[in-house]
Amino acid sequence: MTTAQRSWTYRDAIRSALADELRADPTVLLLGEDVAAAGGVFKVTNGLLDEFGPVRIRDTPISEQAIIGGAIGAAMLGWKPVAEIMFADFAAVAYDQITNQLAKHSFLTGMQVSTPVTVRLANGAGLGFAGQHSQAVENWFIGEPGLKICVPSFAADAYTLLRQAIQDPAPVLFFEHKSLYPRRDDEGVPTPAGPHGAAVVRAGGDITIVATQAALRSVLEARPELERLGVDAEIIDLRWLRPLDLDTVLKSVVKTSRLLCVQEGEAMGGWGEHVVAEVARSGFSHLDAPPTLLASPPVPLPYAGGLEKLWMPSPEKVVTAVQELVRW
Amino acid sequence: MTGPVAASGNDARGGTEPGDRPLARTGLTGTQLASMLTDMIMIREIENEVERLYSRGLVRGSTHLCQGQEGVAVGACRALRAGDTMTCTYRGHGAVLALGAAPDKVLGEIIGKEMGLCRGLGGSMHLADVARGAMGAFAIVGAHLPIAAGLAWGHQLRGNAEVSLTFFGDGSTNIGGFHEAMNLASVWRLPVIFVCENNLYGEYTPMAVTTPVERLTERASAYRMPSVQVDGNDVRAVYDTCADAVDRARQGGGPTFIEALTYRQRGHSRTDPAKYRPAEEVERWLARDPIDLFGAALVAEQAVLPEWPASERQRVASLVRQMSEEVVAAPEAATVPAPFEGILA
Repeated sequence: MTTAQRSWTYRDAIRSALADELRADPTVLLLGEDVAAAGGVFKVTNGLLDEFGPVRIRDTPISEQAIIGGAIGAAMLGWKPVAEIMFADFAAVAYDQITNQLAKHSFLTGMQVSTPVTVRLANGAGLGFAGQHSQAVENWFIGEPGLKICVPSFAADAYTLLRQAIQDPAPVLFFEHKSLYPRRDDEGVPTPAGPHGAAVVRAGGDITIVATQAALRSVLEARPELERLGVDAEIIDLRWLRPLDLDTVLKSVVKTSRLLCVQEGEAMGGWGEHVVAEVARSGFSHLDAPPTLLASPPVPLPYAGGLEKLWMPSPEKVVTAVQELVRW
Repeated sequence: MTGPVAASGNDARGGTEPGDRPLARTGLTGTQLASMLTDMIMIREIENEVERLYSRGLVRGSTHLCQGQEGVAVGACRALRAGDTMTCTYRGHGAVLALGAAPDKVLGEIIGKEMGLCRGLGGSMHLADVARGAMGAFAIVGAHLPIAAGLAWGHQLRGNAEVSLTFFGDGSTNIGGFHEAMNLASVWRLPVIFVCENNLYGEYTPMAVTTPVERLTERASAYRMPSVQVDGNDVRAVYDTCADAVDRARQGGGPTFIEALTYRQRGHSRTDPAKYRPAEEVERWLARDPIDLFGAALVAEQAVLPEWPASERQRVASLVRQMSEEVVAAPEAATVPAPFEGILA
């Protein structure tokens, strides 16, 4: 990692990935609401209009179906559109375009065409935007064959993964956690197990903790307290939800005999339950405690600061959940 | 077999005497006109064959036939050239055939054969022949309209030399994707031709129950988009209208909305006997069958020999029956590929 990269924020890294792709590949395009002149509501695309011009960096109407459908059409002609969904929650407006069209069109044509679209979505809670601008919505899409789902947690990784996503001939939903935009990679970035692999962020022998994005940061914040309690946790960043690297998780569970998944958003229908189920099935004989998911409560995300904090899987909740599992 | 073009020969008709030459406006030769009639007949016979295959239990799920709407498909697709793109709906057999897809591969896809256009993965509602510009048939009402705008954006980025043409029904004009696509197309001045096949019914429900305007061209005025209403059962009128719109799009003039008035001679899908339609209305439209009208006009104009339309119909019908038996005997699709298999690096 260069010194410049070490000082990157997550936001800088994503902007740099976009700029470098736009420079390297003349077929890369950006479209979305306020991405050009305004530089994006989170300022991720700031400055790109000046360098690459209004043909390649394009403001759209507030029309999520047209944004995704437009990207699909251009992609079928060989362009590589990067579509921004300003708040990931708005993906619901384009749910048909994403699940019925983007995910399936190539398959339904017998793979006559590909749809190399990257959809960037500003995702997740923690900033007080309430229940329609704060959801972590990656679980809306995990059951969709035809989509890849990327959930980067670190700035340097976001850079690498976004460039990889843009060059992928399959569509990728690239979830950017809003609360991470100003964060820097203070402690370096783990090495993943391959381009679509998970990464062991901290090695340990007592329990495997699997998380992504803001929840992963909560786990990392909980680690000193876990150490104080004498628990040596192995922490895994999934990086991708589709494809899902269960091998890295299972290898870790063979070593630790315990699994805790930590997921932002409610348990039902999410990746955390899927990982728990897969580990129960494939790693059953190695387990000393029930594989467990720490998730948000099954209520919409509340607005008030204290309530939102209660809703999130906090470091304190991680410590409590780990303590229960190591007692087995 | 009798050749299509009358001995008197009208191949050179191209506008020397526009006042009394019905063919002058189109600039189409007699040979081209005859081949348009052949295409319409082929669509009709394929659809009739799909009905028979459905009755034999060989078509799974449902199927949405377009008998009666052949003039729109053929007239519009003839206005396109190589490199242009076309998208259509689940009632899209005709559009894909009109763009030149092999009829046996169309039938093969509809009955789930490996040799089908889409390897048996899409079926009746998802015919595509990308090499010919048929980029997809879409089974969610209106969902392809933003994608058609996107194709036009892709063409625009290459300088508008090629255009995107999309078919959809009257019912699509009440769904959100239609409005997002029309708005984007207009504000970005995209080279896209919206061809609305107004067959008067959105599935089982007459338009008056669902739609506050009688002329769907009014929808376009909200987006400051040029619009034209045309007799969809007059293939040459459809061709002329679409050719104008295509020319404008190629010159950077942006999108056009075309409302082609036509009629579905069958029900919405194969499970719909369409008893909700007044007998008098059905009779009136059957009397305006686009194939009969065009055949009679070509004979009257001496563009083809008097016996040719009927003999051509027999020839194509027998061809389709023979082709169908070969397709029925072809191997079933038997492997399920992964999404993007063969595409992924």
